Amino acid sequence: MSLLDVTDLEVSFGRHKALRGVSFSLDKGERLGIVGESGAGKSMAAFAIINLISDPGRITGGSVTFDGRRLDTMDTEDLRSIRGDRIAMIFQDPMMTLNPVLTIGEQMTETIHAHRDVTTAEARRIAVEKLDLVAVPSPAARIDNYPHELSGGLRQRVVIAISLLCDPEIIIADEPTTALDVTIQAEIMALLMRLCDESDMGLILITHDLAVVSESCQRLAVMYAGKVIETGPTGAILSAPRHPYTRGLLGALPQMNTRGGLLKQIRGSMPGIGDLPTGCAFHPRCDHAAPECRATIPPLEPVAPGHAAACIRVGEIA
Amino acid sequence: MTDAAPLLSASGVDVRFPMPSHFLQRRKPVLHALRGVDVDIRRGEAFCVVGESGCGKTTLGRVIMGLLNPSAGEIRYEGTRIDTLDEGDRRPFRRKMQMIFQNPYASLNPRMTVRQTLAESLRYLGEGMTGAQVTDKIAETMEAVGASAEWGARMPHEFSGGQRQRISIARALITDPEFIVADEPISALDVSIQAQVLNLLSRARQERGLTYFFITHDLSVVEHFGDRVAVMYLGEVVELSPVSKIFEAPQHPYTRLLLSAIPRIGGNAFRAERAPGEIPTAIDPPKGCAFASRCPLAHDRCRVENPRLKPTPTGTMAACHAIEDVAA
Repeated sequence: MSLLDVTDLEVSFGRHKALRGVSFSLDKGERLGIVGESGAGKSMAAFAIINLISDPGRITGGSVTFDGRRLDTMDTEDLRSIRGDRIAMIFQDPMMTLNPVLTIGEQMTETIHAHRDVTTAEARRIAVEKLDLVAVPSPAARIDNYPHELSGGLRQRVVIAISLLCDPEIIIADEPTTALDVTIQAEIMALLMRLCDESDMGLILITHDLAVVSESCQRLAVMYAGKVIETGPTGAILSAPRHPYTRGLLGALPQMNTRGGLLKQIRGSMPGIGDLPTGCAFHPRCDHAAPECRATIPPLEPVAPGHAAACIRVGEIA
Repeated sequence: MTDAAPLLSASGVDVRFPMPSHFLQRRKPVLHALRGVDVDIRRGEAFCVVGESGCGKTTLGRVIMGLLNPSAGEIRYEGTRIDTLDEGDRRPFRRKMQMIFQNPYASLNPRMTVRQTLAESLRYLGEGMTGAQVTDKIAETMEAVGASAEWGARMPHEFSGGQRQRISIARALITDPEFIVADEPISALDVSIQAQVLNLLSRARQERGLTYFFITHDLSVVEHFGDRVAVMYLGEVVELSPVSKIFEAPQHPYTRLLLSAIPRIGGNAFRAERAPGEIPTAIDPPKGCAFASRCPLAHDRCRVENPRLKPTPTGTMAACHAIEDVAA
């Protein structure tokens, strides 16, 4: 059994399902990328793991098991001992995550005191140590800065330092570099990878960028309209994608070898949760759609060891 | 395909914004958004400008379009100086030069139907068109961008991001422009939609012989779409090169840093850990080379004397004192 097991997870907003049976797992120290376009449900899946779905959304099916305990049915008091402690989360925009009227140090020690019984001096020492770990220059001085005094890259380093305060086993990072410039993105991703390797920490990286996952995660799950439609080793999926949507996404990426020509485009756009088509949610955009694609929702089925795709025609279109 | 004389040229363009100062400060701090930018854009090319936030790429686009007046320098279109023209004299150029903005949610008037939005450009710029001609032109342009006829009566909020960007492109194309400034036109869109919009821009270029000034932070888009590229850093062009050369042999240390940081499928941009790199502030920027504080090749001269763009051994242009050392 894995450290984290998400099985057939469903999240509903009234009649509409934002997640329609999502399954994935994460081993200790493993890095999993969850990729999808806006509205695919990737952030929803991240929030559902730590049971942070707010009204009117609810987890209406499936399970989340972390270290043998069910998180989806756990009460808030027990969840508090897991969130921010054993499973930490990093969000997209560091300016939104940090409290603008508290210093970095105040926000960090607040978190430590919430989870550990330590003295003020000890909390500050831990905070400086973590800032140093994420390579914030002169951490003992920076700790008394306010968030607006730091650059975007440093702010995201501070957010990562906060997530590390209680030495979590898993970090869930929701588009951690989307708001950053490309050189800063490379810094932050290299930092996250080092931290994971050093302390055998797991990472769930939520992103829209296949290249970022390719460079950082061992395994990949591609989401479309509230479902995982392909999952497996990152290299295997990116070199030989099986689901037509994954193929379409890869073909749509501009590259040197597409120079001067046109990109392969996927027609139309992803349906919203209120107007899903019958059967496979991708069939209206799919070049390989057959009549049976309109009738049945394809299950995620193995196509190679550890590699699964949710397409009934996967054998024929290979 | 390209003529010798540039279609548009910007020379010595400076943009300075005075900043609010503290009452004890003698001198008002000044934000230098652009510092002596020279670019020539040839007819028919896709000229890309890349750089990170705050490098001045959008400001340059706005100056070219006349949405912002340069503090120094000049903009010429087919040899005519346009930055000093008054609105009436400028109008014929506004028809030839159009702009596509990054955020299709903010750039369309939420209270106008698509047809009203498109008709507005024609009413202002399409002198002497009859009602029937306007209707025909709208129908023709909507078809060209792949918008169905029934979109005309609908409001922007009824459309997805990709559809809105099609409408923005239709608004730009409807005056039959020659030159388009596209400011990050696909950055706000999902991958599968980006390809649709990029293809639309490629087709429009082929069919209409458009010249693009394409602003982006995404080098893979430059690779796919661009003919020449200017790399900007802190208000200056640091490298100017044909697209193929910049990917084969980047000359400026900043271009090298930028290229090494791009994630690619199967790449290793994240393997090497880097020290936090901070872009200096554009308020009273450093006297020497702006990149010196992050540059592995910086020496004493770089900190006191700002390098000018000059030819490199590979035939491109770069602004770097250390370039001879790089080439060696």
